[in-house]
Amino acid sequence: MIDVLYFAWVRERIGVPREQVETQARTVAELVEELKGREARYAAAFADVSALRAAVDQDLVDDFSASIEGAREVAFFPPMTGG
Amino acid sequence: MSAGRVIVQEAPFEPADVLRDFARGRGDVGAVVSFTGLVRDADAGPLVTMQIEHYPGMTERAIGRMVETAIRRWSLADCLVIHRHGEMRKGEVIMMVATAARHRADAFAAAEFLMDYLKSRAPFWKKELTEDGAEWVAAKEADEEALRRW
Repeated sequence: MIDVLYFAWVRERIGVPREQVETQARTVAELVEELKGREARYAAAFADVSALRAAVDQDLVDDFSASIEGAREVAFFPPMTGG
Repeated sequence: MSAGRVIVQEAPFEPADVLRDFARGRGDVGAVVSFTGLVRDADAGPLVTMQIEHYPGMTERAIGRMVETAIRRWSLADCLVIHRHGEMRKGEVIMMVATAARHRADAFAAAEFLMDYLKSRAPFWKKELTEDGAEWVAAKEADEEALRRW
């Protein structure tokens, strides 16, 4: 089981801020594919992955080929707008 | 050298008070630089409120790393970042960066570096509420480019 977190409009489209997911995915990209196969709201949220960023165990990943093996949490969100 | 300080909070704060305490009793530095970010009107029109969402845990961790890098790279004597989340109104203070160094060039450079990184590498998301509705603020290409100079 892995905790999957969503922020900003990704959270709004999926409808929950976090959930536990049973997954065999080894990378962020594989997890995205699994989630997209679940329901329309996931497909809508992940339709354009170039508009998304991800963090594995609270570290931003450079691209979605990043491993999630052994990770506790994976987060998906749009580009950040701090400051 | 100090470890610096990172504060993420919902409550408003008074930048003048924070800066006075930050600069107080220092004989080791010749320069303190600070930046204060305020809520302004949306590009789309007059702002009703701004909401800032963040990723508890990752926020502190990501900013902590930026602060460590800044302290090392510009030999800062001290460094402080305060960033708010939650709901705020026009004119309210969103965040503040303060740096202290022996010389001003280092204090200025470190503050700019921190601002550039906070903009697009600290997990905050701004949502603007105007009379036309609510909209997430889109990241700007220029913000991403600003990171390349460091």
